[in-house]
Amino acid sequence: MSSYSVTEPSRRMKWVAGVLVIAYALITMVPLAWIALTGFKSPADAISYPPKYIIGSDSEAGFQPTLEGYVNLFTTRTRQTPEFLDANPPETWADDIVRQYGMVIVGPSKFGERFLNSVIIGFGSTFLSVFLGTLAAYAFSRFKIPLADDLLFFILSTRMMPPIAVAIPIFLMYRQLGLSDTHLGMILLYTGVNISLAVWLLKSFIDGIPTEYEEAALIDGYTRFQAFYKVVLPQAATGIASTAIFCLIFAWNEYAFAVLLTTANAQTAPPFIPTIIGIGGLDWPAIAAGVTIFLLPVMFFTILLRKHLLRGITFGAVRK
Amino acid sequence: MAEVTLSNVSKAFGKTQAVSDISMTIGDGEFVVLLGPTGAGKTTTLRLISGLEKLDAGSVHIGGRDVGQDTPAQRDVAMVFQQYSLYPHLTVRDNLAFPLRSPILKTPEDEIARKVHEIAEVLQIPHKLDNKATELSGGEMQRVSIGRALVRDPSIYLMDEPLSSLDAKLRADLRVELKRIQAELGSTLLYVTHDQVEAMTMANKIGVLEEGRLVQFGTPKEIYEDPVSVYVASRLGLPRINILPSGLFPGAHKGAQIGLRPENIRQGDGVEARVVRAEHLGDQTRLHLDVQGHAITTLTDPHRTYSSDAMIRISPQNPLYFDAQGARVA
Repeated sequence: MSSYSVTEPSRRMKWVAGVLVIAYALITMVPLAWIALTGFKSPADAISYPPKYIIGSDSEAGFQPTLEGYVNLFTTRTRQTPEFLDANPPETWADDIVRQYGMVIVGPSKFGERFLNSVIIGFGSTFLSVFLGTLAAYAFSRFKIPLADDLLFFILSTRMMPPIAVAIPIFLMYRQLGLSDTHLGMILLYTGVNISLAVWLLKSFIDGIPTEYEEAALIDGYTRFQAFYKVVLPQAATGIASTAIFCLIFAWNEYAFAVLLTTANAQTAPPFIPTIIGIGGLDWPAIAAGVTIFLLPVMFFTILLRKHLLRGITFGAVRK
Repeated sequence: MAEVTLSNVSKAFGKTQAVSDISMTIGDGEFVVLLGPTGAGKTTTLRLISGLEKLDAGSVHIGGRDVGQDTPAQRDVAMVFQQYSLYPHLTVRDNLAFPLRSPILKTPEDEIARKVHEIAEVLQIPHKLDNKATELSGGEMQRVSIGRALVRDPSIYLMDEPLSSLDAKLRADLRVELKRIQAELGSTLLYVTHDQVEAMTMANKIGVLEEGRLVQFGTPKEIYEDPVSVYVASRLGLPRINILPSGLFPGAHKGAQIGLRPENIRQGDGVEARVVRAEHLGDQTRLHLDVQGHAITTLTDPHRTYSSDAMIRISPQNPLYFDAQGARVA
């Protein structure tokens, strides 16, 4: 008898699919791997040609890993006279690294601050977008709202032009309102951009949750709001998780508004990283180190929510 | 438990009149069944009592109190839905405990554990208590959702075709079990179904709905023996009642139509009928007859055999008479 089945792919199909997925994953990983490697190179190795990509090898393609990029990323340094260097022996391993260039560490760089700003603004606006988006989506999904379709279209239309098209008006408004270069200002701005996406995504998820569950909870003695957070929210977890990831990725990577609206106080990492200048031009290892660290929070956030994303695939199976 | 009274209750959805002017009283401790085809307004009536829908007109009293402005939670009703009733993110145990943990009941945890276990025993699911609701079979799911209503002691239980998704055996078992529990607890219960066996076997009273109107309300015996219309008469009885022009039988001229239940046809004398087919079901034999082009179904002795196209004579016994529009005249 043939083992052909409509629902279960054959072994060979699975194998081919597996190879394709792995190949695709490897291709998309190459730039990330390159950035991660560059972070551990010396400035000279970073720009050498032919490129060096084997860690710790003496061959032509090999390089000796160094934490120079990371030290440069987190510190500010000044050049000193040989007399000064002789009089002040290095105290830490980081001192040792910068001594090769005749420099001493004079203090931390702005990177830590900028990174923290990114965390506050990125996660703050994600939380706010998802929080408001869930409430709005629930209302749109469950209640008869006059002109609901028009309102939804209007909400979506805020996404139809490139955000930068309104950069100048926003810049002027923010200056008037005192929101320029503030965390609150950036959180509100990113929330404003993300909320349309959040409402639309979440509405479709909540539409998929049968109203019988809430009605059962209402009859079981719960209020509308209690039914919402005890019954609807747990079932919308998949949608909330994926929406949160989309919102975070946008807010985290946003560059144009960050350049325009932030300078000293609330500047996020994206406009800061390209400005890292080393000796004789851009300090590529430090920039790569900054990008590597910058990628980690989104990566961890996605891994953290992965359980919910995967659950979404099997979610539909429970209904009759 | 309490008495529930509907007075001139109406509800429309857009242009569709789902329920019109229904008045009835569900007595304390009574098992009332609403019977009718899909779209007759059975479910809407339940939802109006539970407060999931707002009344357009009329009033609902539960235990003498007008609940028109109350939320579903304040009305103290328990409801079993036809579908989708279990919270998929909770275990069976938590599903059963959910109503007891509500801010209105706030039951102590040791009492919750006792009640949940008790109900699980009744529904034969104690070994499933720690399963996720989604890991149950359809029959188990529906038993749990009935259980979620039964753990409470509400003014009235509302059940919307709770057995319709179950297989025949489980359905028969649960039907008996449900009736036993209701009788034991003295619960007031309003039960929606289109299954006449459920209606006949469980109900103290049956309400027959037709296009949103309550056309007859009475005991199963009254509804069966004394229906007000062809519509009501056709709801109960299997095989269905035969509706024929009364001119077919000599001497039967009280209305335009005559209604003959299969058991109300006597063989031996009367008009000539041709045997079309005999269906032997074991305990009974259904005889399909043809009288002047009209099909008639009757019951007969299971041990008697009929040859095809045999001619027999039949006459009506305790017939029901209806006018041309289907209203009962005698």
